[in-house]
Amino acid sequence: MTLTLHVNGRDHVITSDPDTPLAYVLRDELKLKGTKLGCGLEQCGACAVLVDGQAVLSCVSSAASFAGRDINTIEAVGETDIGRRVQAAFVAQSAAQCGYCTAGLVIAATSLLGRHPLPDDTAITEALTPHICRCGSHPRVLRAVKQAAET
Amino acid sequence: MSLDAHPLIADWIGTRDGRLLIRTGKVDIGQRISTALLQIAHEELTVPYELIDIAAVRTGESPDEGITSGSNSVEQSGNAVRRASATLRGLLIADAAERYGGEKSDWIVEGGALHLPGTNHRLLVTEMIKDTHLACPIDPEASIAQGHGGTLPAPPMRGLTAMTAGNYTFVHDLDLPGMLHARVIRPPHAKARLKSIEESAIQRAEAKGLRLIQDGSFLALIGPKEWPVVEGALKLSAACDWDIGDGIPEIDVFGHLTTAKAVGRFLVVDGTPQQGPVPDLPSGHNFKARYERPYQMHGALAPSAALAQWDGEKLCVHTHSQGIYPLRESMADSLGLDKNQVEITHVPGSGCYGHNGADDAALEAALIALAMPAVPILLKWTREEEHCWEPYAPAMVVELAATMERGRITAFSAEAFSDTHRGRPRPGPNRAGPSKQLANRFRLEPIAPNSAQPNMGRHAGMHRNLDPIYDFANKRLVKNLVTGLPHRTSAMRTLGAAANIFAIESFMDEMARIDGSDPFAIRRAHLSDPRAVAVLDALERQVAELPGLPATDGRGIAYAQYKNQMTRVGICVDVSANDRAEIRLNHCVIVADAGRVIDADGLVAQLEGGFLQAASWSLYEKVVWNRDGIQSRDWDSYPVIRFDNIPAIKVIVLDRPDERSVGAGEASPGPTIAAIANAIFDATGIRMRRMPFRPDDILRQAVSE
Repeated sequence: MTLTLHVNGRDHVITSDPDTPLAYVLRDELKLKGTKLGCGLEQCGACAVLVDGQAVLSCVSSAASFAGRDINTIEAVGETDIGRRVQAAFVAQSAAQCGYCTAGLVIAATSLLGRHPLPDDTAITEALTPHICRCGSHPRVLRAVKQAAET
Repeated sequence: MSLDAHPLIADWIGTRDGRLLIRTGKVDIGQRISTALLQIAHEELTVPYELIDIAAVRTGESPDEGITSGSNSVEQSGNAVRRASATLRGLLIADAAERYGGEKSDWIVEGGALHLPGTNHRLLVTEMIKDTHLACPIDPEASIAQGHGGTLPAPPMRGLTAMTAGNYTFVHDLDLPGMLHARVIRPPHAKARLKSIEESAIQRAEAKGLRLIQDGSFLALIGPKEWPVVEGALKLSAACDWDIGDGIPEIDVFGHLTTAKAVGRFLVVDGTPQQGPVPDLPSGHNFKARYERPYQMHGALAPSAALAQWDGEKLCVHTHSQGIYPLRESMADSLGLDKNQVEITHVPGSGCYGHNGADDAALEAALIALAMPAVPILLKWTREEEHCWEPYAPAMVVELAATMERGRITAFSAEAFSDTHRGRPRPGPNRAGPSKQLANRFRLEPIAPNSAQPNMGRHAGMHRNLDPIYDFANKRLVKNLVTGLPHRTSAMRTLGAAANIFAIESFMDEMARIDGSDPFAIRRAHLSDPRAVAVLDALERQVAELPGLPATDGRGIAYAQYKNQMTRVGICVDVSANDRAEIRLNHCVIVADAGRVIDADGLVAQLEGGFLQAASWSLYEKVVWNRDGIQSRDWDSYPVIRFDNIPAIKVIVLDRPDERSVGAGEASPGPTIAAIANAIFDATGIRMRRMPFRPDDILRQAVSE
């Protein structure tokens, strides 16, 4: 039985082994390289994607487990109003240094604002704590999420 | 250094497709050097940002600027691009005046064009450059744009929009036709060597379209799709039989960082180690303390990676190394190639904060590529490999002794102890470069690591910032190189400055407490540099505006000037400690003087980032190992700071438009560690002299006191 994934608004028939973690299918087969791999252990958040609007880590769970779900990667985030606002706020706040954690954080923020249009500090912290940033852009990311919520 | 080796305008500036092209040998590792260079070129030539490109950093094309390290990029590359641009501006004006008349001083350069007021003459800089002989020497005295010559606000950080859209290309994202993915199969630890691999396991891998590449104990698996390579490497790893020898020594490293174990001892005078006898510590000091930092890792968010392709004549490597020219020499030597057969191109990786696995991954990708001519090989390390195999920041001890009389420090001794901070593959005697590259140790004809040589440069290695910035009488400073310790070590952000400033600035706090004086006052009393005093004054004013401290909270300050000659930084940190000794960072104020400010937002970002990385070192980070190997194998076993402990941070930059611009990427970590330790003491009465300050460390220290 072939696996079909609904990614960024389109159905894709997947030829990779369905047990392959989703991130590898996105990057290697669908050539969506924006989703990053940082640990392969669901510890760092770099691989977050939107699944039915929720931020989900994609580096461990099999591609097959996402069948029938609506998957959106960083490449498609700018197609929603919230996603665009988050991206613009990250740029406005210079909320990155090396940028490797950025895609995961934009996904996490987009997911959060979809659930809580005006999140308080605790909700923002909770949403972002699964994500590691080693460059120390945290204060800027926190400001960016607030700016995106307020615009 | 940059200008001496590359003295021509053409070395730094050119045009391509009607656009200005800036060349640099410094690579952008998230510190925004490319944004700063863009701004400098704009300030001098006024060409709009959207018409300026920064060329890819590639051997044979880019200026050789050694290694991107030491917070030197703005001073070296920035200065070179500024002088080249300023010289060029002078040439263009002279040319315009000659062709169209007018005095040179009448011509105005603005908006990327030369204009003679009162005429219609408007000459585009990018057009004029095409007809200008650029192979002429840069005038190091060329007058530079006064104030901020450019008319545009600071440029947005290069690549930022792409980063938020997922289309910024990291080396991990390279994808060429016919490319194979690769993973290395590692031994259990650095002392292990391969005995055998089950033949049937190799056959099973081959049946799946995978192929094993072997050079002695260096093993790698390659295949067309990434995940089957990852899985296959795990399976093959289980089929390997390793001679594990005696394992990794399970020693207390701090017990080995002593005078008795030192292989080299040097008196340090004015920041520079001296040959000759080291005087004994005089007796009579009324204060002694020992400060310790464990092995810590760079912990890049992205495991190291590299792409290599060998066409039988030339080896092309894409890497996130910080030093493409030194790496080229080391790789050519390792592989028996002429260096002109090796072309290395920098492609961004994640932030590295020093010498991580990048250079090792580049050689490993090349070893595989040489076995697979014409096939592009993309090698990626796993999270576990990066944690276990990157070269760590060495464990370090700083022993202080001092005499204080009536609030004045009248004698001061500091001795630093550590293994080398210099593990980069730089060319040197005895195949120094290859001896530092990981894979070479495991090959059939191995290149063993050289014994570490002491770094005798000013404020280099472990003695960076060992010399206190204060006016202490009777200083005795000693560098002690200790080798033969359990782990490979190399350069990490600030080198020895982190431990030295932690020690000196904790000591100043201890002195203030003993003396009953104010931590600002005791520092000012020993500082004659007015810019240092200005930083402390500004910090004190900012601190006065912080919310009042509850009884369970604490406040600590620290001050340092990186390498005693670069950015000056004062930091205040407010923390709270709960009854489980968990430390929360509440507020942080950073005041900095980096001379003339170029990219103000980038400068602030570096200061914030340095603070947060050092806060992570202070509160969380420590490499753990045992006989079986490294046990800090992921982000659970090696925790780092996360979004749940980020304080409110305020950064104040004292702009000094008439002073030299100096780098700031490593200015804030040292004082951060001490400010946090001092704040913990203020909150708890417990003096933490060994990093990290985790709850169990603090409770253990409380018991021992």
